Amino acid sequence: MLIRIKGARIIDPPYMDAKKDIIIKDHLIHAIVDPEYVDPEYKDADPNIHIIDAAGKILVPGLIDIHVHLREPGQEYKETIETGLAAAARGGFTTVCCMPNTNPVNDNSQVTRFIIQRGREVGLSRVYPVGAITRGLKGETLAEIHDMKQAGIVAVTDDGKPVLNSNLMRRALEYCRGLNIPVFVHAEDTCLADSGSMNEGSFSTFWGIKGIPNAAESVMVVRDIALSELTDAPVHFCHISTKESIEAIRQAKKRGAKITCETAPHYFTLTDEDVKEYDTNFKMNPPLRSKEDRQAVIEGLSDGTIDLIASDHAPHSVVEKDVEFDRAAFGIVGLETSLSLALKLVHDGNLTLPELIHKMAKQPAKILGINNDIKEGSRADLTLIDPDHEYVIDPSTFRSKSRNTPFAGMKVKGDAFLTMGGGKVVYQRDGQSGGHGDHP
Amino acid sequence: MRFEKKDILDIESLEPWEISMILDTAQGMKEISERPVKKVPTLRGKTIVLFFQEPSTRTKLSFDTAAKRLSADTHSISAGTSSIVKGETLIDTAKNLEAMKPDVIVLRHPSSGAPHLIAKRVKASVINAGDGIHAHPSQALLDMMSVREKKGKIAGLKISIIGDISHSRVARSDITGFSKMGATVSICAPRTMIPKGIEKLGCTVSPNMEACIEGSDVVMMLRIQKERQGSILFPTEREYSTLFGLNRDRLKLAQKDVLVMHPGPMNRGVEISSDVADSDCSIILEQVTNGVALRMALFYLVAGGSRHADSH
Repeated sequence: MLIRIKGARIIDPPYMDAKKDIIIKDHLIHAIVDPEYVDPEYKDADPNIHIIDAAGKILVPGLIDIHVHLREPGQEYKETIETGLAAAARGGFTTVCCMPNTNPVNDNSQVTRFIIQRGREVGLSRVYPVGAITRGLKGETLAEIHDMKQAGIVAVTDDGKPVLNSNLMRRALEYCRGLNIPVFVHAEDTCLADSGSMNEGSFSTFWGIKGIPNAAESVMVVRDIALSELTDAPVHFCHISTKESIEAIRQAKKRGAKITCETAPHYFTLTDEDVKEYDTNFKMNPPLRSKEDRQAVIEGLSDGTIDLIASDHAPHSVVEKDVEFDRAAFGIVGLETSLSLALKLVHDGNLTLPELIHKMAKQPAKILGINNDIKEGSRADLTLIDPDHEYVIDPSTFRSKSRNTPFAGMKVKGDAFLTMGGGKVVYQRDGQSGGHGDHP
Repeated sequence: MRFEKKDILDIESLEPWEISMILDTAQGMKEISERPVKKVPTLRGKTIVLFFQEPSTRTKLSFDTAAKRLSADTHSISAGTSSIVKGETLIDTAKNLEAMKPDVIVLRHPSSGAPHLIAKRVKASVINAGDGIHAHPSQALLDMMSVREKKGKIAGLKISIIGDISHSRVARSDITGFSKMGATVSICAPRTMIPKGIEKLGCTVSPNMEACIEGSDVVMMLRIQKERQGSILFPTEREYSTLFGLNRDRLKLAQKDVLVMHPGPMNRGVEISSDVADSDCSIILEQVTNGVALRMALFYLVAGGSRHADSH
């Protein structure tokens, strides 16, 4: 069985931006051909070839979201690996990295193997687990990072919590440098955050909600830049939200420090002014910041200071969300809205389409050390984007188990049209999508 | 104009004319408490639930007294006795209360926005009796009533509020209310207790206590709420009192006919000296008296007043 994706504009920065057809065979990209090319073995009408009409669509390397919470094992009522990967496929992501704050924590190889095994059984998008830096995410002693790496983790993080002890963080960076495994940093000084629930500013004062100052993030960003320079180890900052953090990272990069960072769509889409009356779907950590911070995030994306976009997909049920604001859990789902929200950066002229694809497919691959170039012989992980599709975000259509999004009712333009994982269609708009069964 | 509001959640959501109507109504209610038989049948057959998830003596008693003087039946639920200690969510508790068909739910809760959360989900009127550090509308309204009663107006007055603004729902509601009604509000506190952007609620931040009090028509002292903070906001009560305590000398900077107010409970010798608290310019106990009348007015307006005129 062959698949021919016909008529798309292929963007694979920096190598390709051209109208080509792609022929897929046995999980792999078999050939990249001119649209006029007629295969001597297979004509279009051949029943053994499945044609995907992609006229007007954009074909890109499979999008990668390096920051999601799949909640399994332990909190399957919020999300499972199956529903999370279905959401990923729906959002155009062929690969996701899941954070270790499950129950039990992914701080040992058994949990790592379980996640990978479940991901294979589900057979939708691929899942790469991220292990814990410290045992039980307690910030006290190192987890068995090498053992987890053998089992398949691609990075480590204590995401959700910082490693507050600076000396432990230093040793973690040194240790991981020796193992050649990336460290993702949740930058938050929890003393400064002081159990706050939204950005500290005139809006937190107005609502009477305890605030989280920008400095709660930036002091830890500055600390970990210093520790990266001390240890010569790379550091990747998760979900950057403040102008001070971005400026610190910009300066560190100028000095040649091994720093990368991500932001999430809500930080370039919303501000603390948008927080609706005690609506907990606007509560996440770090919180929605000020207008100036949002502008700084957009500028950081434009000038390359911010390397990539990740959703920080954090499913929660009504049990955690339909409660008092200060008692509600932090986090929002994002896999199924990320691409549409990010495309607004292109529509608004803040990024070119190749730059966006770079941030959502190529840069994440580079950090994880995987190859998703569109070339003959590569695994067929591909995303077809419909850049002109206008729709209103409707959480009731989500494939995720959870509905906690602040974007319900928002009109957006552009979305995933088709997602292909290992040569198999795992999502197609207005069509059926696959799943179940191993693919390599 | 008719009072159409279902709930009293904060001062922000009240128009100046609505505030005036509440104060006028409360002024009329005040006389009932002076009668030998302090009861009118206005809310006979109405059920009012006092749902207090935080310790309170005066506010709860004030609401309870107000309801009883209007002949409503009151029921009391407090933190220790509610199913919330058994793990029930606030929304479920509220829905269960709703199922018993109360007319008004008075809620005090440690989380800001808790009354807003349940107001959307119940048919009963919700009156916020203090939510977290957000709002305490009935207190601000009784403060405005007390000032207006003494001064004959609110517009044009200079109001000083001194104390822990960060953790004070009374301060937020008073700043919003007095500035809405045309007064000038200045605040003063240790810098650790002034939240970011407080000016946007309608006040200026004074550099020190003397500058704050100078020329004031009203000086309102806030309690240092020991249960709300650790030890990092100010070193000692002694030092706090030196910098921000109200005493005779400081009070001389204010207008001669200044009113001294305090929402209670007072820490004598800390934020306010005993001689000032007990002086002729203090209207602290009149605030308490007016509190009952003001809460009677709120019950009347949401449960028995013009809002319900058409349905009877």
